[in-house]
Amino acid sequence: MAKYLLKRVIYMIFTLFLVASITFFLMKLIPGSPFNSFEKLSDVQRNILFNKYGLNDPLPVQYLNYMKNLVMGDLGVSFQFNNTPVTELIGNRIGPSAILGLQAMIFGSIFGIFLGTIAALKQNTWIDYTSTFIAVVGKSVPSFIFAGLLQYYIAVKLGWLPVMFWRGPEYTILPTIALSMFPISIAARFMRTEMIDVLGSDYITLAKAKGASRFQISVKHALRNALIPVVTVLGPLAVSLMTGSLVIEQIFGIPGLGEQFVKSINMNDYPVIMGTTILFAVLFVVIILIVDILYGVIDPRIRISGGKTK
Amino acid sequence: MEKILQVKDLNISFHTFSGEVKAIRGISFDLLKGETLAIVGESGSGKSVTTKSIMRLLPEHNSEIKSGEILFEGKDLTKLTDKQMQKIRGKDISMIFQDPMTSLNPTMKIGNQIMEPLIKHQNMSKHTAKERAVELLKLVGIPKPEIRVNQYPHQFSGGMRQRVVIAIALACNPKVLIADEPTTALDVTIQAQILELMKDLQKKIDTSIIFITHDLGVVANVADRVAVMYGGKIVEVGTADEIFYNPQHPYTWGLISSMPDMETDDEELYSIPGTPPDLLDPPKGDAFAPRNPYVLKIDLEQEPPFFKVSDTHYAATWLLHPDAPKVEPPEAVKRRQSQYVGLAGVASGAAKLEKSQTPGMKEGK
Amino acid sequence: MNDKEIIIKKDMFAPAHIDPSKSEKISKPSLNFWQDSWLRVRKNKGAVISLIILGILIIMAFVGPMISPYTYDNQNTKHNNLPPRIQGLENVHWLPFDGTLKRRDGTEYNAYEVRKVDAYYWFGTDNLGRDLFTRTWKGTQVSLFIAFMAALVDMLIGVSYGAVSGYLGGRTDSVMQRIIEVIVGIPNLIIVVLMILILKPGIIPIIIALTITGWTSMARVVRAQVLKYKGQEFVLAAKTLGASDSSIIFKHMIPNMFGIIIINTMFSIPSAIFFEAFLSFIGLGLQEPNASLGTLVNDGFKSMIAFPYQMIIPSIMIALIMICFNLVADGLRDALDPKMRD
Repeated sequence: MAKYLLKRVIYMIFTLFLVASITFFLMKLIPGSPFNSFEKLSDVQRNILFNKYGLNDPLPVQYLNYMKNLVMGDLGVSFQFNNTPVTELIGNRIGPSAILGLQAMIFGSIFGIFLGTIAALKQNTWIDYTSTFIAVVGKSVPSFIFAGLLQYYIAVKLGWLPVMFWRGPEYTILPTIALSMFPISIAARFMRTEMIDVLGSDYITLAKAKGASRFQISVKHALRNALIPVVTVLGPLAVSLMTGSLVIEQIFGIPGLGEQFVKSINMNDYPVIMGTTILFAVLFVVIILIVDILYGVIDPRIRISGGKTK
Repeated sequence: MEKILQVKDLNISFHTFSGEVKAIRGISFDLLKGETLAIVGESGSGKSVTTKSIMRLLPEHNSEIKSGEILFEGKDLTKLTDKQMQKIRGKDISMIFQDPMTSLNPTMKIGNQIMEPLIKHQNMSKHTAKERAVELLKLVGIPKPEIRVNQYPHQFSGGMRQRVVIAIALACNPKVLIADEPTTALDVTIQAQILELMKDLQKKIDTSIIFITHDLGVVANVADRVAVMYGGKIVEVGTADEIFYNPQHPYTWGLISSMPDMETDDEELYSIPGTPPDLLDPPKGDAFAPRNPYVLKIDLEQEPPFFKVSDTHYAATWLLHPDAPKVEPPEAVKRRQSQYVGLAGVASGAAKLEKSQTPGMKEGK
Repeated sequence: MNDKEIIIKKDMFAPAHIDPSKSEKISKPSLNFWQDSWLRVRKNKGAVISLIILGILIIMAFVGPMISPYTYDNQNTKHNNLPPRIQGLENVHWLPFDGTLKRRDGTEYNAYEVRKVDAYYWFGTDNLGRDLFTRTWKGTQVSLFIAFMAALVDMLIGVSYGAVSGYLGGRTDSVMQRIIEVIVGIPNLIIVVLMILILKPGIIPIIIALTITGWTSMARVVRAQVLKYKGQEFVLAAKTLGASDSSIIFKHMIPNMFGIIIINTMFSIPSAIFFEAFLSFIGLGLQEPNASLGTLVNDGFKSMIAFPYQMIIPSIMIALIMICFNLVADGLRDALDPKMRD
């Protein structure tokens, strides 16, 4: 196990290194340069600025400098915000994104698991069809479309909830719902398939033959077995939350990482773009690693194997 | 002997996309206290469906018990609700399944799986139940039970898992044990061990066993009485000796002949040609007719009723009708019948003579 | 059982003749793979309805702009921000096609009358006075085109890569798989965004950006299948008959995989539509005056409160297309997956 972990971590670092490098070079390929959005600069002024930020250095030098700083945790300073360190900028914004992401993840998975389970238990009844339909809609319709429709119908027309911004708990409700539609659908489809699979196994029939009640069978036997692979679903879930957050934050005016990322793209603010990209990549890779480890820990077949003699 | 379970004229159908499959078409049999009744037949003959229906374990959404009764302790099991059946399952009637590799919950400790029926049916505390579980493991021959009880199924071999399944089934000392091909998935040597174990336990616990199998060797080993099934019906029933040494139905002849034994010489190994009938559209007469080398015209028109061969032996074949021509059963069967004459001192022909006085006795109509 | 007693006659006990060949007869009609699958797709009502809806939408995508009196980029600022009005339906007030808008205070007014506009705009106009009916269908064309092209390229790259990787095996396979793992390890989103930044938004760049990473799932699936087939005897048989590697891959293995390939391709279409819409939302979509469903939703979003129809109509279109594609893909998967035979 330790060897496996080590291998994975090394792999992770390698991937991140690759991401950082690729991002760096791609950034350099983007036409236009930073500071274009500022007031008209004379060439001399532009040159001074470039020198200050090391943009006139030869490429390999820039690359090495960047990597060196990266390893030390220095992500440079933002171009658009007058020398605010990128780390500080990002740090301020992690809060809302994290809250939103966690809420959507928790609500999404729990509700999705619930939907999938009852769909499997009441297969081919209207309950099944309804929850499957919800799952399909959740999977198909992009989260920002949901966001827009939710905003219009619930916030504007019915006025039940605030339209935008992030000023209190009730402000988090609509964004969370919009962001969680996709996780709900993934979790629901998955649980349904797993439960149906498990419910057809021999050991469930045996449990019935022992006289177990419907409830005991569904919860004690089936659910526990069906839930174990749920961990594998957390990966795509997390990814969807990351992509979803970009647009949802824009739509609802939430001061999070996503909104920051989009703004920096439009402004060609390289350091911020890089910083956010790398952060996303780190999150992504770490989540995948955690998921893999979790799976090995939760499933007793994997946990208790090898070494032990029978 | 006292009858502990009575199945009367059971008819079960499955509703599929292609139509209604009449899986069980009117079977009746009794299970006597303390005996082992073997149900033999090909895949698709209805053996598993019959036993699953006793436990009411058939999938509800597409199966239907169209008619018939299953009498146990004064109750008709076909009329009970699921809640009522839950009280009987695992306590009075238990079941063992075929594949030990998939019968146990992979994420639950063995001990907990054994304790479940104990806690539910006998109201034991967790502590007492665990002790009893260890005892049961010892009873079925699992070494170091105190350690094993905390392990998971994947830490046991196939034979051991089947022992655990037996332990679970016998935990509450059930009156009836249904064993659905319990040894089919195991090695021959393990098979022998499991059969010995079952016979041993049956004596200790005094339970009655319904044993489903397609292996006549196993039947010879464990069964007191045998029922042969084909196409959703019972075609012959009798004591083990009667079925092995004096079979009367051509299908049973086929089964016996296709089983080589010590006396088998250079004869060609017999096999029954063709395939089992399509129960979506059951044939009009005898279901076995298309594959029956001894088929009579009447077999195509009307199903044969049961003809009595002895008090304990009945066969549903027109060959036993007084007007039927005399036929020579296959070599292998003839050999056995000669052994039977030695056994019971009754010539096989005499069985039919007894019949001619009383016209066709209809059982299971 | 019926109780009627057939009189048993002595001659019924004569031996009957059974034709042995009859007992080996197979009673169900035999179907080939495609017929079998089609039967099962038909049973899935959701998939069938979706297929029909999709068919209608695709036809409309081409027919729509043709039957409309306006073009998609013709601006008429005097007619901007008009709500939908359809001749014949304008007096049916519970439908949204009566040309009315709500003011902030909730009162309704007929925009056409108030501004003295004679013309009819079936889906209304946007803030530059362009007809939304035409733009919506044009946008649908573009979105579908991008999606189909991206899916096609994904399929071509994915199938070839996966087949070659699986077939060649050994170190080549290992290396190729590592490459895929690295690509997958980098968040899709980032690569797409960066590619667009470099290439500047446009139909071709978007397609390229979408396909750079989209082919990996197809490649993995195809590789798994090829590995499975490699060990099977029909491949061995073909080899002994002198078939070359490429003909084994393309004439023998791949036809067996059509089901899986189709399913995967079907699923990647909605994924492409999603990404394209997503790009529009963060400002990296197509530029004016080009329209795709994504840009339309984005534009409409800006005037959501005052002119909701501008956002709702394209939103519904996207939602509908994606739901239908997903249902059809689901139905196809259920039908073509041999493990689900009844």
